[in-house]
Amino acid sequence: MTTIDPHLAAAETATDRSGGALATVAAWLTTSDHKVIGRLYIAASLLVMLGVGVIAGLLGIERIDGSSDLLDAGALPQLFSLYRVGLTFGVVAPLALGLAVAVVPLQLGAKSLALPRAAAAGFWAWLLGTVLVIVSIAANGGPGGGNADMVDLFLVAHIVLVLGLATTAGSVATSIFTTRAPGMNMRRVPLFSWGALVSALGMVLVLPVLVGTLVLLGLDHHYARTTFGGNYGILDWAGFAFTQPVTFLYALPVFGFAAEAVATATRKRLPMRGFAFIGIGLVGTAVFAGAAQTQADLPRDVLRQGFGGFLGDVLPFLVLEALPVLGPVILLGVLGLALKSGRPRLSAAFVAGFLGAGMVFTGMVGNLLYQIGDAQLAGTVFEEAAWLYVCYGLVLGAIGAVTYWGPKLTGRLIDDKKSLPLVGLAFIATVLAALPYYIAGFAKQPAAATQFDYSGPESLWNVASTAGHFLMVLTVAAFIGLAAQSFRSGKPAGDDPFDGQTLEWATSSPPPADNFAELHVISSPEPLLDLKPAASAPEGNS
Amino acid sequence: MHALPPAPAPAPRRQLFVGTAIACAAGALLYGTMTAMYLRFRDEAITTGQEWRPKSAIVPEVATNIMWISFLAIFVFAQWAVYAARREHRTYVGLALGLVAIVALAVINGQAFTYFQMNLGVADGTYQLLFYGLTGTFVALMIIGLVFTLVATFRYLGGRTRDREILSAHAMYWYFMGAVYTVLWFVVYVTK
Repeated sequence: MTTIDPHLAAAETATDRSGGALATVAAWLTTSDHKVIGRLYIAASLLVMLGVGVIAGLLGIERIDGSSDLLDAGALPQLFSLYRVGLTFGVVAPLALGLAVAVVPLQLGAKSLALPRAAAAGFWAWLLGTVLVIVSIAANGGPGGGNADMVDLFLVAHIVLVLGLATTAGSVATSIFTTRAPGMNMRRVPLFSWGALVSALGMVLVLPVLVGTLVLLGLDHHYARTTFGGNYGILDWAGFAFTQPVTFLYALPVFGFAAEAVATATRKRLPMRGFAFIGIGLVGTAVFAGAAQTQADLPRDVLRQGFGGFLGDVLPFLVLEALPVLGPVILLGVLGLALKSGRPRLSAAFVAGFLGAGMVFTGMVGNLLYQIGDAQLAGTVFEEAAWLYVCYGLVLGAIGAVTYWGPKLTGRLIDDKKSLPLVGLAFIATVLAALPYYIAGFAKQPAAATQFDYSGPESLWNVASTAGHFLMVLTVAAFIGLAAQSFRSGKPAGDDPFDGQTLEWATSSPPPADNFAELHVISSPEPLLDLKPAASAPEGNS
Repeated sequence: MHALPPAPAPAPRRQLFVGTAIACAAGALLYGTMTAMYLRFRDEAITTGQEWRPKSAIVPEVATNIMWISFLAIFVFAQWAVYAARREHRTYVGLALGLVAIVALAVINGQAFTYFQMNLGVADGTYQLLFYGLTGTFVALMIIGLVFTLVATFRYLGGRTRDREILSAHAMYWYFMGAVYTVLWFVVYVTK
C-alpha cells in the first residue's frame, strides 16, 4: 500500500529534466541524486574502457613483433603506465563504485545516499583527475616521463583522482551503516550491498595510503629527486595500488552481484547465506597488503628453511595473499549449492555475474601462484594476466549488472537476447586477453617489454591477447550502443521484471527522486520473496 | 508495486558522525603511511651511518610543546560546544566554537614559527623532504578542521540549533587531529 504514487513522481522528475543540453549538464553538475551520480560513474568509466582497451591492443601489437615501429619506443613506458593506471583507476574502481552508488540506496530501502554531495564531488574530482592523468601522460609525463612539469601534473592529478574515489567510497560505506530500512540489520543487508561495503571500506583504508605516498613522491620529484628515485621511482613506490592483491578490493562487488544474480535466477533464497557473507568479507582482507604496501611472496626452497624461517615467510604469505582467495572459494561453494537446489533461468545477468566472478577468481588464483617463488614467474607477464582477469572480470560482471539494474537506472529494459551474446563475447575477450599471458609467463615472457626472445610460439600468445583486447573494446562499444538505444527507446520495464528478491524491486522503474513512496519494514534478507507465494521456505535466513 | 507494510520514519542514524569517523580512519592511514616512511628513512640513515637531521636544524621545542598543549584546549572547547548545544546554550556554543578556531589558528601559527626557526630547504635532503611532507600534511588537515569549525559555527548560529550531530562530528575530528599531532610531535619533534 502506498500513499504517494511513485510512478507519477518519476514522470514529474522526467518532465523537470526537459530543458536542453545545457540544463542537463547543469543538472549533472549540481545533482545529489545517487542514481544520476551512479550513471555518470558507469558511463564515464565505460568510455575510459574504450580508450584503455585500444592502448592495450596497440601495446599487444607492439609485442607481437618487437621491431614494429607502430609506437614510438620512447613512449612505451608511459603507455604501459597509462594502460595500468587507466584500467585500474579509470575503469575498474569507478565502475564498481558507480554501480554501488546507483544501486545500494535502493537495496537498503533508503531515500538517498548518505552525504550525496560528497559522492558527487568525488565523481567530479575523479573525472578531473582522470582527464589530467591522460593529458599528463600524453605530454610525456607519468612514471618514467621526460617532461618534469607533466610528471608533477601526473602526480597531482593522481592524488585528485584517488581522493575522488575515496570520497565516494566513504559515502557508500556511510550509507550502508546509516540508511538501512527499519528491520534491516547487517545480517539482512543484500549481498551486493555487503560486497559494496567491504569494497568501499577497503578503498577508504587503502587509497589514503596511496595518497600519502604520492604526496611524498610529488614533493621529492618537484624539489629534490633524491629520495624516491624521481620519475622512475613512481611505479616502485605507488605500484602496490594497481597490482594484486589490492585490485581485488576494487573488483569485489562482482562477487555480491554474482550471489544476487544466482539467487534471482534460481528464484530461491540463497542457502548458507552467512557463509556467503564470510566469503565476501574474506576478500576484503586484501586491505592488509594495501595498508602494508607490500606483497608477500613465498621464497624458493621455503620448505628447506628452518621452522622459524618457514613461519616468517609462510605466515605473511597466507595472511596477505592466500586469505583473500579463500573468500571466493567459500562463496562459489555456496553458489554451487544454490544452483544445485534450483534450475536457473539463463539470463544475461546470471551468466555475466557467474562468469565475471569466475574470471576475477581465476585472476586471484593466478596471483597466488605468481607469489610462489618456486614457480619462477616473477617479472613475467603472468602478473599482467592475473591483473587482466581481475579487471576484465569486473567489466564482464558490470555488463550483467547494468543489464539487471537498468530498469532501476532508466525505467527501460535492455533486451536480454541482445545482451546475452555480448556477455559471451566479453567472456571470450577476457580469456583471450589474459590466458595467453598465463602461458607466456611460464615461458618467461618479460613484463612490460616489447622485445624478447623465448622458446615457444611467442607470436601466437601475443596475437591472441591483442585480439582479446580489441574484442573487449568492440564488446563494450556494442554494449554502450545497446544500452543507449534501450534506455532511450527500449521496452518500458515493470517494477519487478526479473522477479527480484530485494527492496530495489519494490519501487517503480525508474524510482522517484526519493526512491520510495514510503519506508518498508524488513523481516528477512529477501523481503520481496516473503510476499510471493512460490517462494521457498525460509531456511534460517531471517 | 509490492505491498510491504509501511514503517514509521526511522530516527536519523548520525550520517555526518559516521562519515566523519570514516574520514578520520582514512586520515589515520594517510598520516600513518607518511610517518612510516619517515621512520623507514630515518632507520636507514642511522643504520648506514649517514647524517639524518642536519646539525643546524634545531627544533624549537617550546613552540612544538605548546602546540601539543593547545590541542588539550581544543578538545575541551570542542566538547564544551557539544555540552552547551545539548543544553541549548546558543551563546556558549558560539563562544566554544570561536575558541576552537582561535586556538587552531594559533597551532598553525606555531607550525609557521617552527618553519621559520628551523629554516630548512625542502630540496636539501631526505630529512627536509619528509619533514615538510609530514608537517605540511598536518597543516592541510588543520585547515580542513578550521573550515569544519566555521561551517559548524555558521550552521548552528544560523538557526539550525537542533542539528547537534555536526558538533559531535566536529569534536571527533579535533580528537583525531590531536592524535595526529601527538604522533608528529613524538616522531619528528621529540625522537627526531
